[in-house]
Amino acid sequence: MAHFTKATSIKDWLNQRLAIDTVERVMMSEYWIPKNINFLWAMGMVLVITFALLLVSGIFLLMYYQPNVDTAFYSVNYTIMRDVDFGWLWRHVHGVAASVVFLIIYIHMFTGIYYGSYKKGREMIWVSGMLLFVAFSAEAFSGYMLPWGQMSYWAGMVITNLFSGGSLHADGLVEWIRGDYVPAQAFLTRFFMLHVLLIPLAILGLIGLHFGALRIPHVNNQDGEEIDFDKEAKKYLAGDKAGSKVMRFANDFMSKDMMVVGIYLVFFFYLVFWNYGFAMDAVNFDPADGLKTPAHIYPEWYFLWSYEILRPFSVDIGLVAFAFAQVIFVLLPWLDRSPNTVPANRRGLFAIWFWVMLVNLIVLTAMGKLPPEGMFSQIGFVSAILFIVQWLMLPFITMFEKKV
Amino acid sequence: MENNSRRGFMGKAFGAVAAVGAIGSLFAMKKSWDPLPSVRSAGFTTLDLSVYKDNELVTEKWRGKPIFVLKKTADMVAKQTESQKARDIEVNGSHYMIAIGLCTHLGCIPAYNASNQGFLCACHGGQFDFSGDVTKVPPPRGFDIPPFKIEGNTLVLGEAGPEYTKMKESGVTL
Ligand code: HEM
Ligand code: FES
Repeated sequence: MAHFTKATSIKDWLNQRLAIDTVERVMMSEYWIPKNINFLWAMGMVLVITFALLLVSGIFLLMYYQPNVDTAFYSVNYTIMRDVDFGWLWRHVHGVAASVVFLIIYIHMFTGIYYGSYKKGREMIWVSGMLLFVAFSAEAFSGYMLPWGQMSYWAGMVITNLFSGGSLHADGLVEWIRGDYVPAQAFLTRFFMLHVLLIPLAILGLIGLHFGALRIPHVNNQDGEEIDFDKEAKKYLAGDKAGSKVMRFANDFMSKDMMVVGIYLVFFFYLVFWNYGFAMDAVNFDPADGLKTPAHIYPEWYFLWSYEILRPFSVDIGLVAFAFAQVIFVLLPWLDRSPNTVPANRRGLFAIWFWVMLVNLIVLTAMGKLPPEGMFSQIGFVSAILFIVQWLMLPFITMFEKKV
Repeated sequence: MENNSRRGFMGKAFGAVAAVGAIGSLFAMKKSWDPLPSVRSAGFTTLDLSVYKDNELVTEKWRGKPIFVLKKTADMVAKQTESQKARDIEVNGSHYMIAIGLCTHLGCIPAYNASNQGFLCACHGGQFDFSGDVTKVPPPRGFDIPPFKIEGNTLVLGEAGPEYTKMKESGVTL
């Protein structure tokens, strides 16, 4: 049976009941981080902070937002933006954070790809990260429905129609998702539920999984070196801090992390106060109208590349290509057949693969924004084909990679 | 040993109860997402066909969806091909294109250009002719045709008359 003694201090009292010292050690001071890393390893913490910003601003928006097709638009654009003191601040923070979070996610992802941080025991980190990407995409889409403007309505129409599966003509499924023949009240209320409760809960759970998956393999480093963490930690604790290849998560690594976060926040609030326009689509300042499509429908910038993979093909092939683009990144740890865990620039053909992939995604993003006409259609078509071909080639080019 | 089999039994008994509960709740959850009866019975729309003018597109509304009504000119009627005729609706000697005004690709509303007698969908560049048939991908087929019934010079949407049934059998309505 547990034995409790009279506490000598509040800390001791808590220690006896919650083992806070042990928790601190396991989670912070003796969670070891390699020294050989750079600012790109701070992106995870930047993401945590951005999620916190979304949560706090979302809670304040939630106090005045009304999920009703007749009042939603007004509650956002008049009540929150004009009547509520600092209502505009929450909305701008929320909108800018929702957009910037994807920029950081993409940087975080491509850092992982560049340094090979998805193999040798780090597969679950990669898979949980991709699930987070999917969850954030669903969160952003459901949030985009809420102001019930023209873009909300038509994006809702087009994206839910994807589920009819082209020639499969599964209209019943589409109507089931919407709760109506077209996006209407049932649709708005259920996406509101998803946006403020179910998906945020899933995100919190996935963040836990992501961190848990990091625990055993630890984070990778700039050279992909396999570090014996037990040995290096002993060296550190024995006093040889300079000779050890690792440092404490807190406060050593955290202090550097927070430095990057500080710079990021200055940039972030610069956007919030002076340059928020990119996060608010002008078309969405017209209330939803089911009888009028806006001249051009395009998603937010972070979905453009996959949208462009859907667009140039006939409907069925387009859907298959789109589905392929959505899931293929998850399979990266298994499609990369090479045993090398080193930066892409030391991996021969893979280095070319990496940079072509990155540039091609930027091209697809640009083409997705332009109207689907003439020249742009053709560039988009070629880029979409290139994207698919690159993934099909990956197992072959990595299979023959020389061991470094 | 005896203990083990008793635990095994309890485990199985709980599993059975849980499985029934899980299936039941999934069923309830699925049904709760279904469109409400009030949505399903969203009624019928009656169109008075005497008000439409030649080659002028009018957008009506049925079950929240836009319905295109285009009265064809004599010239259009004369030049119709077989497949365009298959989609033609004739009432009291006048010819109409009546269809759901949503692009069959992903559901945007295409715009009608009266001078070149065709539709352009701005979303992904799909095109349709004046009969509602598709002329440029990505849309996989012409506009869908809603169930209709001709009554004198009016048309009831949501009810299937013999003309509609005939079209449906030929496969042009979907
Ligand atoms: C639990 C956390 C969250 C809550 C409580 C919340 C709540 C809300 C509310 C009430 C709105 C409607 C008001 C408005 O449109 O400005 C909204 C909009 C939106 N949310 Fe969230 N949200 C959360 C997290 C997120 C996350 C993680 C993302 C994206 C990655 C996101 C993306 C969006 C977007 C794109 C909009 C539309 C913004 C606009 O048009 O101004 N939200 N959210
Ligand atoms: S919705 Fe019309 S072309 Fe895609």
